[in-house]
Amino acid sequence: MSTEIEAQGMSPGAHVRTHGTRQSYLIGLGYAVILTLASFWASSTDVIYPPGVPILLGVLAIAQMGIHLVFFLHISSAPDQTNNILALAFGIFVVGLLVFGSMIIMAHLNHNMMPMDRLMQMQR
Amino acid sequence: MSAAEQSLAGGDVAPLSLRGPAPTRVVAGYGFWLFLLSDIIIFAALFAAYAVLSGETAGGPTAADLFDKKHVLIETACLLASSVTCGFGSLAMQSGDRNSTYLWMAITFILGATFLSLEVSEFSHMLSMGAGPTRSAFLSAFFTLVGTHGLHVTIGLCWLIVMLLQVATLGFQPMVSRRFFCFGLFWHALDIVWIGVFTIVYLGAHL
Repeated sequence: MSTEIEAQGMSPGAHVRTHGTRQSYLIGLGYAVILTLASFWASSTDVIYPPGVPILLGVLAIAQMGIHLVFFLHISSAPDQTNNILALAFGIFVVGLLVFGSMIIMAHLNHNMMPMDRLMQMQR
Repeated sequence: MSAAEQSLAGGDVAPLSLRGPAPTRVVAGYGFWLFLLSDIIIFAALFAAYAVLSGETAGGPTAADLFDKKHVLIETACLLASSVTCGFGSLAMQSGDRNSTYLWMAITFILGATFLSLEVSEFSHMLSMGAGPTRSAFLSAFFTLVGTHGLHVTIGLCWLIVMLLQVATLGFQPMVSRRFFCFGLFWHALDIVWIGVFTIVYLGAHL
């Protein structure tokens, strides 16, 4: 690490933020490969009780997103990351609201809607 | 052991509120992280649209007819590998090693371009089958979601070229290294979005 990179915007003696090591990227890659292959396997196997497969896929996907956040994006509980964690929590909240809210509302509307052929008849 | 090292090791040197302004790198990273989260919220809206419309095929081809799992696995592998080589590139940059920075970033570019060409070939195959975005609401939602991700990858590749040119002309200045750091965040975030895409769109199709 050259000193010029440390110089700008750093308080004296402060650590340059680390970006993990080669080893941590490889560990992350290992986990990600295992989880990816597991979800491809789970979607095509007969071993698992079929209605449980979507839940398993969801769990595997969320686990892999967590692995990517920790090992590749280096989100951690370090003091200089407090704001990032808070923003992430808010982001997850909004994403959940958006996705599940839309799905619930649209399923409800579909459920309450008149069958299409009857609707067509009424319009004649 | 310096004061800063002690505080990193958990020693109680000064409370966070008394440590003065955060380093520029932390502030820049935070700002870019906020941008990434808002970008992810855009994708969440597109995911919601896809989830709602995925059954509305209007008599056209369904998801199970169109998607090939092997193809998607190769795409996923390309993107995951490029994420790791991008990480190696930023490590090489941190250690000031210009040649291996170029090498890793060139590999990242090639893997990203491979991903993109696979996606374009998939799209053109679907279009030639008459399964374009105008065929049904399902296909409109599919092309919007996956196309937006592809567009992000394209922008990322352009950004990568610009970053390499900046390293070549400006060297490893703090400014350049911060931009490079933000590029890395962007590239890894695209990989996170892709996890959602392959799980919901491609694997969900065969359930």
